[in-house]
Amino acid sequence: MNAAAGSASPHVVETHGVGKVFETGDAAVTALDGIDLTIRSGEFVSLIGPSGCGKSTLLRIIGDLTDPSGGELRVNGKSARQARLDRDYGMVFQAPVLMDWRNVASNIELPLEVMGFPREDRARRSAALVKLVELEGFEGKHPWQLSGGMQQRVAIARALAFDPKLLLMDEPFGALDEMTRERMNLEVMRIWRETGTTIVFVTHSIPEAVFLSTRVVVMSARPGRISRVVDVDLPQPRTVDTREEPRYFSLVTTVREALRAHLVDTEPLDDLGDARIRAEGIS
Amino acid sequence: MTVASPIIGAGRPVAAPTIRGTVSRRRRAAGAVVLLGLVVLVWEGAKWLGGDPWRIHGTVLGIRVDYEHFPAFNWRIADDLSLPHVWDVIRAFVDPAQRNGPPLGLILAGQALFTFREALTGFAFGGLLGLGLGILFVHSRLAERALVPYVVASQTIPILAISPIIVVATQAGWLSVAIISAYLTFFPVTIGALRGLRAADPRAFELLRSYAASGRQVLRQLRLPASVPYLFAAFRIAAAASVIGAIIGELPSGISDGLGSAILNYNQYYILGPEKLWATIIACSFVGIAFVGLVRLAESLLTRGRYRPVDR
Ligand SMILES: Nc1ncnc2c1ncn2[C@@H]1O[C@H](COP(=O)(O)OP(=O)(O)OP(=O)(O)O)[C@@H](O)[C@H]1O
Ligand SMILES: [Mg+2]
Repeated sequence: MNAAAGSASPHVVETHGVGKVFETGDAAVTALDGIDLTIRSGEFVSLIGPSGCGKSTLLRIIGDLTDPSGGELRVNGKSARQARLDRDYGMVFQAPVLMDWRNVASNIELPLEVMGFPREDRARRSAALVKLVELEGFEGKHPWQLSGGMQQRVAIARALAFDPKLLLMDEPFGALDEMTRERMNLEVMRIWRETGTTIVFVTHSIPEAVFLSTRVVVMSARPGRISRVVDVDLPQPRTVDTREEPRYFSLVTTVREALRAHLVDTEPLDDLGDARIRAEGIS
Repeated sequence: MTVASPIIGAGRPVAAPTIRGTVSRRRRAAGAVVLLGLVVLVWEGAKWLGGDPWRIHGTVLGIRVDYEHFPAFNWRIADDLSLPHVWDVIRAFVDPAQRNGPPLGLILAGQALFTFREALTGFAFGGLLGLGLGILFVHSRLAERALVPYVVASQTIPILAISPIIVVATQAGWLSVAIISAYLTFFPVTIGALRGLRAADPRAFELLRSYAASGRQVLRQLRLPASVPYLFAAFRIAAAASVIGAIIGELPSGISDGLGSAILNYNQYYILGPEKLWATIIACSFVGIAFVGLVRLAESLLTRGRYRPVDR
């Protein structure tokens, strides 16, 4: 399967033994250790794990915002740096990070301006994206005139504007309320289906990870490792009804147990953590 | 029903900025008038209590008036030489400065305009220099480390000491005065630019990095627009400083067309007409206030609707 690929590797992301050590003054923190991960084109991969297990760090290493301390990393068959210079990445952070002085349309056009797209092309693309994220009528509004969910949709449209091969999203809906979040999940699903981009998605929410992903990568902390990879074989397209299917529930349970298994055998639980797990077990 | 989202600053209802603007402007104007009234009240109150005695003698509206006032105390600071009556200062504007000459107010207006031109030129030089230095420092740690101490030290040298040197060295008439004004102006702009050019969200820098943006694109698309509010705060300070720089710069330069020479002149003949110096001081502060007002106006024209309105 690999042999026929030639220069266009079917693997969008390929890591071998990637690690990251932060030297902070006297103590060194091993944020990541021995990460082997392969992501194929068109996949939707979620990273989930306890706080501080290195999800953001892994995403930032893939996106060439941080250098790994060791291991190998290829993105679209190139070094991460080359992939960044080739503008392969679309980034969405937890906060929208919009430019206050630009309105919705010109925020979406920011990457296009930087990359030197011609004016008509920019206008055409931003108009299409405004439609895609359902913000028609808000093109001229500035970020502070939008709700949090709308701002995050602008950020997603901006990340999609230049057709990046790989979308990296770090808890993009972490700051949104539950209802907006579920709506945004459906929207991301639709965008992923319509554009066919590969997505790496960091989340704290098990249901969100299962609902969105083709694969869920479960990580454990100290040092950050991949403890399990769960294939999500729910049929596409996923809709509101997906969340009612028995298979969905069983996958949620699988991921939850993968997370918990590691919690129990690596660190002694404090009273609160223990109580939380017991409560979860009952429900 | 909407669920309040915990994201800071998101979904916050914002009143129309124009309405907010008018209300606060009207309030500010009212505040300024009240404050001015208070100053006059304290001024004249002090004179009433401890100034020189005075007498009204004549016909007012067909009624014969003959009134004498003897203040209860005798304060040096409130006598007519130190603190002329408010109406005397006002009348000084209207009265001719010299016999058969034009009214002092007209002369001061011309001198104010001259000084304003120097200040404006100095402001432009200093503003550009400050912004340029800010951009240099933000891009070169080495330059920042090496030069910022000198930038700070430059402001510890009394301007009064170096302005004659600049005047003699440049021999450029009112332009040397503008250079002295620029010397006071560039400092706040450098500091404001340095702060503002680094003010953008670190994640916005990462975003541009992910677009493989060049340093110049980062400057144009992120650093400069993010620094605008900081720059204008600095510009306001710089505008006031540039007027002071221009007035002080005029003193050793022998230029007789500006407010600096008026101050020298009326200082020398203070005993003959203290209200003239007071009128000149008012003219000076008026130039400063007008300049700062212009900067504010430029700011609101440039930023309205483009930047998040500030809640006060
Ligand atoms: N710049 C840094 N300097 C030093 N240590 C860091 C830095 N960034 C991250 N770390 C450390 O690396 C570890 C992993 O951090 P990371 O942000 O990747 O976790 P995370 O899984 O994204 O957590 P969360 O779910 O809370 O966002 C943490 O222990 C953190 O303290
Ligand atoms: Mg994180």
